[in-house]
Amino acid sequence: MPYSDKVIDHYNNPRNIGSLDKNDDSVGTGMVGAPECGDVMKLQIRVNEQGVIEDAKFKTFGCGSAIASSSLATEYLKGRTLEEALEIKNTDIVRELSLPPVKIHCSVLAEDAIRAAIADYQQKQKARAHDAAQQ
Amino acid sequence: MTKAIYMDNNATTPVDPAVLEAMLPYFTEKFGNAASRNHAYGWEAEEGVEHARAQIAQAINADPKEIVFTSGATESNNLALKGVAQMYREKGNHIITVATEHKCVLDSAHYLETQGARVTYLDVKPDGLIDLAALEAAITPETILISVMAANNEIGVLQPIAEIGRIARAHGVLFHTDAAQALGKVPLDVQAMHVDLMSMSAHKVYGPKGVGALYVRRKNPRVRLEAQLHGGGHERGMRSGTLYVPLIVGFGAAVELAVAGMTEEAERTRNLRDRLLANLTGGLAEVQVNGSLEHRLPGNLNLSFAFVEGEALLMGLNDTVALSSGSACTSASLEPSYVLKALGVGDELAHSSLRFGIGRFNTEADVDRVSERIIAVVNRLREMSPLWEMHQEGIDLKQVAWTAH
Repeated sequence: MPYSDKVIDHYNNPRNIGSLDKNDDSVGTGMVGAPECGDVMKLQIRVNEQGVIEDAKFKTFGCGSAIASSSLATEYLKGRTLEEALEIKNTDIVRELSLPPVKIHCSVLAEDAIRAAIADYQQKQKARAHDAAQQ
Repeated sequence: MTKAIYMDNNATTPVDPAVLEAMLPYFTEKFGNAASRNHAYGWEAEEGVEHARAQIAQAINADPKEIVFTSGATESNNLALKGVAQMYREKGNHIITVATEHKCVLDSAHYLETQGARVTYLDVKPDGLIDLAALEAAITPETILISVMAANNEIGVLQPIAEIGRIARAHGVLFHTDAAQALGKVPLDVQAMHVDLMSMSAHKVYGPKGVGALYVRRKNPRVRLEAQLHGGGHERGMRSGTLYVPLIVGFGAAVELAVAGMTEEAERTRNLRDRLLANLTGGLAEVQVNGSLEHRLPGNLNLSFAFVEGEALLMGLNDTVALSSGSACTSASLEPSYVLKALGVGDELAHSSLRFGIGRFNTEADVDRVSERIIAVVNRLREMSPLWEMHQEGIDLKQVAWTAH
């Protein structure tokens, strides 16, 4: 199976592997995929007071292209605001990694993971605001 | 840079140097058409073919007249299933086979269903073996063929061929076995095992690709087949087409070589396989063997490494060792292995599986190098895996509500 050099690079030198504290208020966690499908991505972001993603981490169960897609996603996320992060499209990942047609779904899952992490963070902020209003 | 260790001998095998040497004269010196009856070029080619025919017949306790040369086990399986179904359609239209058969058997059976046949696909037990009582219960007055492979290509499991043959014979049903993976590795005897048709392949037993054979019984009972390739009437009318003499000569030589060393080689590869398994289970947790270890080809192993995915594993291994996987990402259809599914292994563990085929040219040093590398790659991928992380935290993955895309 011919992999692009970039996919191999991300596989051998994954960026930002690891975990953030999912209970931390500034962290958003997105977990997408399913073991039966052979693809599960966990993507986490830490967002600062200015709404900028200052850190991103990932862990992936999946093929080399899935690992590369989620690794690349964390690279894209760091330094972006949440609005800018929502602009990231799976096609950006496909292009950068030269993913063949059969692997495009890996990039789609990575985009899903980004959105899930952002949604989780925003949900937490809403809950915090709600609690604050209650007091 | 040295080439990777080849440990995928269930996929194919290298041609043994002795086999290649036997083949070469038939390309440029003894190049005649074996069907040319009127000159020495034809006669010497025919001699090469008949010698190979005898070598193969000898290996399975058959008569040379019962060996039909084909382009490989896929063609042999097609010929067996379609040839019998068409020839015996007045007698019945029911075929019994198994869910774990090779695609060429399953696909031929599906095709026959579109032509009006009824097919029963028997389930297997979690160890990969069929239930003999279930087989016998499935037989009806319309059953004309039972087809069960001798050794499975993915999990190496050996079916009880002699017992199946006995049951088939008792009910007057023809018994075909796909022996592509078994030939030359475990003893096969068409008389003792009551086998009526047997598919064989050269490239699984250190012979060349592009040639195989079908054993077709001539006595007690006489099996007749509807030919699938029409033409000059070669192979007693069962398979027309000029014989590829060098390949056939190689096939015969490969089989004779394999059978001569079978007992010692079986012990040697079994020991290597057991060493590989011990190294891996000693160095890693959560490793599962797929299929019976007891009823298995000596050199085969199929393991699931929980929480890491097969293609990612192979990517980290392919500079060290050549293997295959039951993961969806490694299959042309993007479906996980249907054989592992039939065992009840579960899709997640199917995605995490590796198949090992230890062979004639593998050594103890190979096994140790491979196990060392696998342990390293599995550990690295587990560090990167959210499933391993959850497992470490004590979470039961089966209870999680996944958001599949």
